Amino acid sequence: MRTNNLILQFTSKFVFFIIFFFAVHIFFAGHYTPGGGFVGGLLMSSALVLLVIAYDLKTVQMILPVNYMYMTAIGLILALGTAAFPMFVGKPFFTHFYDYFHLPLIGKTSLHTAALFDLGVFLVVVGVTMTIIQTIGEDE
Amino acid sequence: MQVLAIFIPIIAAILLPFLFKQVRAIHTGWFVLLVPLILLGYYLTFVKQTINGQSVVATMEWIPSLDISFTSYLDGLSILFSILITGIGSLVVLYSIFYLDQTKEQLHNFYIYLLMFMTAMLGVVQSDHVITLYLFWELTSISSFLLIGYWFNRDKSRFGALKSMMITVAGGLMMLGGFVLLSLMGGTFSIRELIVQAPSIVTHDYFVLALVLILLGAFTKSAQFPFYIWLPDAMEAPTPVSAYLHSATMVKAGIYLVARFTPIFALSEVWVWLVAGIGLLTLLWGSLFASKQTDLKGILAFSTVSQLGLIMSLLGVAAMAFHVEDAAGTIFKYAGFAAIFHLINHATFKGSLFMIAGIVDHETGTRDIRKLGGLMSLMPVSFTVALIGSFSMAGLPPFNGFLSKEMFLTGMLSVKEFDLFNFETFGVLFPILAWIASVFTFVYSFYFVFKTFTGKLQAEKLPKKPHEAPIGMLVSPVILASLVVVVFFIPNIVGDLFVKPAVAAIQPFLYDSPDEVDIAVQAWHGFKPEFWMTVGIVAAGLLLFALLPKWQKIYRVIPEWLSLNRLYDFIMNTVLDTAMERFSSLYMTESIRKYLTYMFAAIVSIVIGTLFFKDAFSLSFENVSPIALYDVTLLIVLVIGTLTTLFAKSRITAIIGLGAVGYTVALFFVIFNAPDLALTQLVIETISVALFLMAFYHLPKLGRVEERMRFQVGRALIAFGVGAMVTLLALSAHSQKLVESISGYYKETVYSLAGGGNIVNVILVDYRGFDTLFEITVLAIAGMGIYAMIKLRLSRKEKSNENK
Repeated sequence: MRTNNLILQFTSKFVFFIIFFFAVHIFFAGHYTPGGGFVGGLLMSSALVLLVIAYDLKTVQMILPVNYMYMTAIGLILALGTAAFPMFVGKPFFTHFYDYFHLPLIGKTSLHTAALFDLGVFLVVVGVTMTIIQTIGEDE
Repeated sequence: MQVLAIFIPIIAAILLPFLFKQVRAIHTGWFVLLVPLILLGYYLTFVKQTINGQSVVATMEWIPSLDISFTSYLDGLSILFSILITGIGSLVVLYSIFYLDQTKEQLHNFYIYLLMFMTAMLGVVQSDHVITLYLFWELTSISSFLLIGYWFNRDKSRFGALKSMMITVAGGLMMLGGFVLLSLMGGTFSIRELIVQAPSIVTHDYFVLALVLILLGAFTKSAQFPFYIWLPDAMEAPTPVSAYLHSATMVKAGIYLVARFTPIFALSEVWVWLVAGIGLLTLLWGSLFASKQTDLKGILAFSTVSQLGLIMSLLGVAAMAFHVEDAAGTIFKYAGFAAIFHLINHATFKGSLFMIAGIVDHETGTRDIRKLGGLMSLMPVSFTVALIGSFSMAGLPPFNGFLSKEMFLTGMLSVKEFDLFNFETFGVLFPILAWIASVFTFVYSFYFVFKTFTGKLQAEKLPKKPHEAPIGMLVSPVILASLVVVVFFIPNIVGDLFVKPAVAAIQPFLYDSPDEVDIAVQAWHGFKPEFWMTVGIVAAGLLLFALLPKWQKIYRVIPEWLSLNRLYDFIMNTVLDTAMERFSSLYMTESIRKYLTYMFAAIVSIVIGTLFFKDAFSLSFENVSPIALYDVTLLIVLVIGTLTTLFAKSRITAIIGLGAVGYTVALFFVIFNAPDLALTQLVIETISVALFLMAFYHLPKLGRVEERMRFQVGRALIAFGVGAMVTLLALSAHSQKLVESISGYYKETVYSLAGGGNIVNVILVDYRGFDTLFEITVLAIAGMGIYAMIKLRLSRKEKSNENK
């Protein structure tokens, strides 16, 4: 049975990007205002889930040929690496560093190693959620 | 640098997979060979310091807050072992280049394990810190496990690997207990500092317990009776591994441990009896059963067990020197020297013999001594090496085994003169048993070499046409065999360079520096008891060897079920496997509902029980916020959603009901000013509803049975209990503040310490980053678990379709 999903498909094209950028925003805003890697990652996965529902798994995989298992692994390595890095400069495990920089276009901003760790969390959350959804979805 | 040197092998191992895959033309072993060679050169530079009795210490902090560090302590004993490890290691790697085929074997795995072992072993013999010593100790067990199981598609390899690991790791855990006790007694983790405190530790209540525990570690590792049973099964490993781990280095870790801790424990009677007694028993036992074996490597395994017992018993006798006045001037000085000297000699001759066994296996295709014979003319070089090794093992001149065997007899004879701890009555047994064991050592040495190389060639029984091994394979055993001869002629140079510094390290109360060890090795020292004993050994040995076919049958009389192997099998299979499985299948019913029942019942009973017994419940309505109309509305929605889920006839209604509950909770978060939580809850609800819908397809249909599920009192009780528990807990938590809330601290430091603004997120990534790290790890594991589970099921389905 083919269902006519035209409206859903059309709107999700826009909504996807809105959620996508919101997720990115939430991720970066996390250190000062509500948000963070975990929520950001979940939002990102919900954007992808929306696409999966509107189209189907194969189409989404064609548009975004990402191996989510790798994504999980990269996220874990990133998180662990950020946590372990201070050990190599003589600081205890999990010491975070931060400082303020002047970046072009953005202006004065603070850069944290915590954000790198958070990026790891973000990637793991997206990776795992999508792995689960993909494997369950494929198994039909 | 000194600490780093320990880790060089394992760091080098990282490169191996790339070298193995990219550089196919060159055998990976050649690259590996560089590592032990360089380290050998490095450690040789320390010899000029250790011969003066100096020691070199270097420390690298690991976990300063727990006072754990990597401390490399190089004295005479450590440097001797380090040189053995790297020296024999180089020869073994060279040998393995020709033994293992580049095209057929997974060489990178092999060499990674081998290098891992090298690091572990160097760590064991150099660590001054007991905790890191334990760490390296277990790493040797693990790498040994991997190496024995290297040909993992063979049943016997896997069995042998598991057996060795079970026994050695069990012993290692005992040893850890001993270490912990010891460091509590002495208040330090450092072995050197513990040695200084030895006189006060001896009187401690737990001293004997620590001693026994540490000995268990040493005895399991060094294959002493009754733990030796893993060593014969470990012979399933590739021969280079047997030569390296299971004769020259790893099994000597126990010897090292005993030697290292002698200054602390030697003052105890238990130590002297256990080390000397068990050593002697192992010596005798191993030598008796070596001639029973039909596998070449089996003979060598039992002979290794026996020789390890020999060294062990000598160390036990060496401990007697601590109880004798002015021992450095009496006969008791010999045992310690003999132990170390024999350790070196054993490494040389046993290493070469193992390599020869490997060559025979490689070139004829079998190690069964019943099929072998008459190889002398076909493999003259191998024969010569085997002859040298065996004669040295039998204790014949002009080989190094003769020298240390004579000293061993001297050491054993000295026991007679020891008059403490009941040795005046039992001491006389030592030389007698030692003599008997030596006779059988002589027999199995001859059995090994002459049954293989002389007699009639049975070419039709051999899987391959036998021929001499390639030169590359012969280099290592020839080097070792020439060492066997060379050491005989220059024993005192070896003694000054390696043995005396090590002896001074074992017996620091006797000697201040290695120069004071007043022992000169000589091949001829007159018609003394030792000489007549050797003559007796040769005579009796020759006689027994000649009559071997007649009395070898006796071994068959001993019933198989009496053996220690049976005991091990019984414990492993019957007790641990069958009985435990039956026990766990009592409650592991593979029903998730059951498991949830267990969990919730446990939580409820524990928490409510605690509340009740500790009288922790209290109720106060101070500082409560007023209940507004929308709170009530949300609550009603919540209740309706829950009830819908509970009583829904179709699953989809239940899912929607559950979603409603989730979103309502999110609204509660909004009302109570927790935007982060609200956001997370909202997204999670969305995704889990989506997941439910996806998984919907796979869930079993709600059958009629399920629809009219009986009302189960037990489940209802648990559900009610969980609800009551959460309510009571929340009320209590609100009503009493035993400790100050931590949020104040977060508010103050979130900007100054963490440079952030959003406490919730800073907690996640910084304050409690460890939690998050582990959570995402668990998450990743769960994801991979689901992936594997479903993919595996899929491929099985496909297979069953194919079968149709």
